[in-house]
Amino acid sequence: MGKVRADAGPFARRPDNSAFKQQRLPAWSPSLTPYTVLPVFYFLALVCVLLGVWLLITVQNTHQLKIDYTDAGACATCAEMRNDPTKAKMNCDCVINFNVPKTFQGDVFIYYGLINFHQNLRRYIKSRDDDQLVGRKNSLKSPSSYCEPFAYDENAVPIAPCGAVANSMFNDSFTLTYHPPAGAAVNVPLYRKGITWYTDKNVKFRNPSTNTTLQQAFQGTAQPPFWQKPVYELDLDHPNNNGFINDDLIVWMREAAFPNFKKLYGILNRAHTTFSYGLPEGNYSIAINYNFPVQYFQGRKEVVLSTVSWFGGQNHFLPIAYLVSGGLIFIVAIVLTAVYVKVGRSGKNMEE
Amino acid sequence: MDMRVKPAEEERHVKANDRDYNERFTYADNHIKTAKYTFYTFLPINLFEQFQRFANAYFLVLLILQLIPEISSLSWFTTIVPLVLVLTITAVKDATDDYFRHKSDQQVNTRQSQVLIKGKIQKEKWMNVRVGDIIKLENNQFVAADVLLLSSSEPYGLCYIETAELDGETNLKVRQALTVTSDLGADVAKLADFNGEVVCEPPNNKLDKFIGTLYWKDNKYSLDNEKMLLRGCMLRNTEWCFGMVIFAGLQTKLMQNCGRTKFKRTSIDRLMNTLVLWIFGFLICMGIILAIGNTIWEQRVGRNFWAYLLWDELLSSAVFSGFLTFWSYIIILNTVVPISLYVSVEVLRLGHSYFINWDRKMYYSRKDTPAEARTTTLNEELGQVEFIFSDKTGTLTQNIMVFSKCSINGNTYGDVYDEFGHKVDITEKTPCVDFSFNPLMDRKFRFHDSSLVEAIKLEEPLVQEFFRLLALCHTVMPEERSEGELVYQAQSPDEGALVTAARNFGFVFRARTPETITLYEMGQPVTYQLLAILDFNNVRKRMSVIVRNPKGQLKLYSKGADTIIFDRLEPANEELMYTTSEHLNEFAGEGLRTLALAYKDLDEDMFDEWMKKLLFASAALENREERLGALYEEVEQGLMLLGATAIEDKLQEGVPETISCLTLANIKIWVLTGDKLETAMNIGYSCNMLRDDMNEVFIISSHTMLEVQQELKNAKERIMGPSRERFSSSQDVGKTDMYASDSVFEETIIAECALIINGHSLAHALEADLEQILLDVACLCKTVICCRVTPLQKAQVVELVKRHKRAVTLAIGDGANDVSMIKTAHIGVGISGQEGMQAVLASDYSFAQFRYLQRLLLVHGRWSYHRMCNFLCYFFYKNFAFTLVHFWFGFLCGFSAQTVYDQWFITLFNIVYTSLPVLAMGVFDQDVNEQYSLRYPNLYRPGQLNLLFNKRKFFTCTLQGVCTSFILFFIPYGAFLCAVRDDGSHISDQQSFAVTIATSLVIVVSVQIGLDTNYWTAVNHFFIWGSLAVYFAILFAMNSDGIFRIFPSQFPFVGTARNALNQKSVWLVILLTTVVCIMPVVAMRFLKTDLHPTQTDKVRLLQQATRRQGPQEQNLRRVRRTSSRRSAYAFAHQQGYGELITSGKNMKVHTSSTSAVPSSSPGRTHSSGNWIENMLKKRGAVEAEETMDSGVTEHIRADERSEDSLETLYTH
Repeated sequence: MGKVRADAGPFARRPDNSAFKQQRLPAWSPSLTPYTVLPVFYFLALVCVLLGVWLLITVQNTHQLKIDYTDAGACATCAEMRNDPTKAKMNCDCVINFNVPKTFQGDVFIYYGLINFHQNLRRYIKSRDDDQLVGRKNSLKSPSSYCEPFAYDENAVPIAPCGAVANSMFNDSFTLTYHPPAGAAVNVPLYRKGITWYTDKNVKFRNPSTNTTLQQAFQGTAQPPFWQKPVYELDLDHPNNNGFINDDLIVWMREAAFPNFKKLYGILNRAHTTFSYGLPEGNYSIAINYNFPVQYFQGRKEVVLSTVSWFGGQNHFLPIAYLVSGGLIFIVAIVLTAVYVKVGRSGKNMEE
Repeated sequence: MDMRVKPAEEERHVKANDRDYNERFTYADNHIKTAKYTFYTFLPINLFEQFQRFANAYFLVLLILQLIPEISSLSWFTTIVPLVLVLTITAVKDATDDYFRHKSDQQVNTRQSQVLIKGKIQKEKWMNVRVGDIIKLENNQFVAADVLLLSSSEPYGLCYIETAELDGETNLKVRQALTVTSDLGADVAKLADFNGEVVCEPPNNKLDKFIGTLYWKDNKYSLDNEKMLLRGCMLRNTEWCFGMVIFAGLQTKLMQNCGRTKFKRTSIDRLMNTLVLWIFGFLICMGIILAIGNTIWEQRVGRNFWAYLLWDELLSSAVFSGFLTFWSYIIILNTVVPISLYVSVEVLRLGHSYFINWDRKMYYSRKDTPAEARTTTLNEELGQVEFIFSDKTGTLTQNIMVFSKCSINGNTYGDVYDEFGHKVDITEKTPCVDFSFNPLMDRKFRFHDSSLVEAIKLEEPLVQEFFRLLALCHTVMPEERSEGELVYQAQSPDEGALVTAARNFGFVFRARTPETITLYEMGQPVTYQLLAILDFNNVRKRMSVIVRNPKGQLKLYSKGADTIIFDRLEPANEELMYTTSEHLNEFAGEGLRTLALAYKDLDEDMFDEWMKKLLFASAALENREERLGALYEEVEQGLMLLGATAIEDKLQEGVPETISCLTLANIKIWVLTGDKLETAMNIGYSCNMLRDDMNEVFIISSHTMLEVQQELKNAKERIMGPSRERFSSSQDVGKTDMYASDSVFEETIIAECALIINGHSLAHALEADLEQILLDVACLCKTVICCRVTPLQKAQVVELVKRHKRAVTLAIGDGANDVSMIKTAHIGVGISGQEGMQAVLASDYSFAQFRYLQRLLLVHGRWSYHRMCNFLCYFFYKNFAFTLVHFWFGFLCGFSAQTVYDQWFITLFNIVYTSLPVLAMGVFDQDVNEQYSLRYPNLYRPGQLNLLFNKRKFFTCTLQGVCTSFILFFIPYGAFLCAVRDDGSHISDQQSFAVTIATSLVIVVSVQIGLDTNYWTAVNHFFIWGSLAVYFAILFAMNSDGIFRIFPSQFPFVGTARNALNQKSVWLVILLTTVVCIMPVVAMRFLKTDLHPTQTDKVRLLQQATRRQGPQEQNLRRVRRTSSRRSAYAFAHQQGYGELITSGKNMKVHTSSTSAVPSSSPGRTHSSGNWIENMLKKRGAVEAEETMDSGVTEHIRADERSEDSLETLYTH
């Protein structure tokens, strides 16, 4: 406070006459007048309703098909096998038939969905080592303590990728077949690459740098205990889709926020003439390599086929929420107008 | 050396000039230290102090919890960053404060003093002065320690001091050394040989008491307070004096009185602490709910998951898991107890204090005094004041008396008339009378009626006699510093004003000796022989002098209360008496203090006879007073009336306007004064506190408890009148109900009453049985004036109101006698005026003029309160909205204490993303501008009623926060449950969800602060838009590739912002969330202003309307009503000064003549060495009596004592 001034004149201690010190800064004082509030309400109501309608129309034009295969049809036996600890490691395949009632136009995405799988538990989410996944050599050999108890196997060999998230990776695989009304069954071709975020594939996940093979880079590490194959052999068809930058691993490692989620499995390859417009209506079958056990936690597994719109997949929540909000705002706006006309405009309340 | 630590000093032994001896006792040296820390102890002590605060300790515990890996749901940095920031800010503030204390200590400690060391006077710093040292003091120097006066330059070892810094009194006090020591004089050798030993009381804080004995040369001399010069006094009118240090440094009475002032807290502070405790309880409840949820979940669902995740060995049981979860959630949800709350509040208050310091409209240019907020913790309470307790002298009044009017021989002078014969109001601009004919005039004197000067110039004998009387009949001491530059030392300001008036009108009182008075009458020196001073006392209510003029005529001049003088007039004066009496009524009606003047020619023979009797009487040992009184009475008969004077007790500028404005703001103003009833009432009328149109003025001035009770009861019944029934029925109900009904009553009572109570009655009324009824009556009255109250009673009254009314009290005063009430009241305001600094030092705010109070309360206080309340509402809202999202998420993530947001977001949300806009709002916001704040004082009402922030408000804003958090969580949840990106890849991952919610949250709270901000300065714009920009900048920075490559595990959100925020669906979610969160608030506010507009809303509307129309200066100056009440009172000085003058003791030059001239004055006849002791004794007796009367002991008496004088006449 005590700024000593050199000049000790008669008004030496007089405060400065600045707008700031005298609290006279130029300012804008808005207030909630009917002329600003009511138009804003009507405008917002209109915007919300219009957006809602537009979104609804968009959503109506998207298609989505869910196939719960947990214990459906032939998969029931596989489910039982997974439940039986003695047969847990045995391979099991099953086929499920389904019908696409209407052509899925445009890009079609195939997801696997899990119900009641808590990928969002604190200890689960933390149970990973981003240092390791970005290919740091030190972390590869000595994973972070967050990965416990999936940091080292029983022989004290470090696990790569370590942690519960990687360990519990979804490992069912699907083969989709189209049965046209006439002619032979066609295998539906899928892109199994390019299903991740660019940043994940190129920044967040890197393989340990190496001059030789990937297998050597991962030498001295063990595969996660639940896995059937090591990390460098995840995709035998595409050699550069292995290790930490395997698309399926990356997709799985992006933990879902809620216990029910779906993750991208593949995208319809429309290069094939049959599928150039999308997925035609008709009968399909899906062959599942059934590995992932969900019975422990009363979970469900499903395959989801879906098209997308400009704002994402089939999502009825947003259009409805917008319509409801728009409607409510409109009602409130009318009430406010009524109140203003009845009470406020006369200005009776504003009198002293 | 004897280093035993004595438990408590029981008796002090000090030997002069013997440092070795004195050092054995380890007395404190003269070094003072008020600073708390040194360079090295600062960090440990400050940290220790800071961690004693609940909030800081709480966050320390959190920090420790976060270091336990099983519990830690958040990284340690989320807590440590804000904590370190908070600690640093506080530490810097403490360090600056302490630095200034060090500096002022240093400045005091290095003052120079002259110490007698080894037979020589040497310069020493104050801090090196030791107990037992003999020091030399010179005129206008501060006394360095508590010193026993040994000798001085003045005769009889007298010494004058001013004790303004000590007790606030500006009048000079006399101290006298023992005769034996005063003989030492200035002889350094003798002084160096002086080896007396003082045995006295241990250090204490009683300023007016000292008991000790001096042992010297085998003799014992008793010592008392009259021989002590206390630290903090200033030597006046005394060339030099020598003294022996008895108490030094921290043991001086001054320092012992500087008790640590009680730490004042505002009601908002207390409420805030309660609320923080509630929130804490709420936090624990949430923790328990979530912990139970976790236990159940683990048992039902999680158990199945364990096999999957191999955690069975870690979590042996669900209950233990629940227990750990509890702590984890305590950590996550800790942000509901906002860590930055306390520090932000401090910052706001600091800002508000600066605005007070900077306010030019509270700067008093004449004294170059700006307003000063001496504490920075009470600002918002300034907006809640309901009771103001004001001192009178120096606060409401200037304590300056101005000769304003007079009546001479039936003619009044002093009014100014225009050419049409209408009376003109006298203002600053009214032309003054030109006194240039008189070279000895006082330039500051102003008089506006030139007819009086003309009368003087025409040499009208009665006019001359009038002023001659004023120049002769007084006890003023003149001091002529250089030729023609006269300064009058008057014991009472009234007397000074009269003599100054005479001086300007050409009757210059120039010099006096014990036997003569020299006047310059119209430039001619005339010497009168002073034969007797018939001194003033309370019974006589008049004073007279008997003089012989150069022509040899004997004259008696008398001035006094009008009724007293009128009773003693020659019958022939009757006609003049009536005219004068009318004039007196007129003067009194204008609130002026009046005196009547009369003279008498004395017969030589008769006088000689009378003089003999007087000499005889004054030598008498018994009944001396009475016998003298009777003799005085005998001679003061058959007086010839000259006229009357009217003196204006000048009010401070703008006092009536301020009081009426504050009254309109529903602030009750009580005047607590040490003055007499009549003086106080007179001021009450002139400040518009008492008015003619008041229904009733109750005056309580009884001496017994029963009478007081009866009077109070009567008063209450009179006020209550018809509505008494209702009141008495409500009396049976519990106390709190009664207050409620009380306030209802206060509203319904239309009658305007005033209560005036004097000190004696107040002492009874303040007892436990009567205080309730006193309070009832006082609160029913519009005006309360307590007079003749002691400082302690002032504090008791404040305490009473504080205790029973649950209202914020403010005490304002300027003198040391106000210190107790300033310290007791919630807010203490000191007038940095002429009465010394004691009050200012004890106060929380200080400024130079009473009228600034209006601005302090109605503008600064109101704004502060408004800002603080809005700030708190928003702060709690924001933190609830932010934190409770975790609670909702708990139900979906198995109560596993997973955070919704990124850890960095949690760390930065409160301190970076949302702190500055709300701070800017809290510093700059103005709901109504200052002109309108002053123009509509009832805008102050919400603060008094505590409407803007209370428990209900708190619930509303936390509820709003809870709702916002609910919407913030569930709209994105609904949208993300089945959402995918437009390229098909999924987006419902935890990180995208976190970014979406965080962005919505930041936008929603920014819009909300925008809604709460009434006054958008450039700073607000900058902070609000800047915060949003900073949020996005930091978000993208933290999600960038670069930072991820450096610390992969600390910034796992790489790419999330890019991938989430380029999605239209995410923005649709954010838009929807914002609209749904904000629109209900807007609608509610709109409805509220439409249906139940507050006063603020109305004034805002008005303000905006006028702004649109352009500024229209409305003149709202309230007309000052003058009272037509007839009252008059006289004044005089302290009794005993007549004796002092005639004894010649206080006259430096003419002391030799005292013994030379044969005595004709009664004062000189009795033992001359005793006069001052007599005087002191007399005064002591009066004080003792007063002290006993009021039933309290008090240490400090101030200006009012000078009023202990001629009784006032009071006629309705």
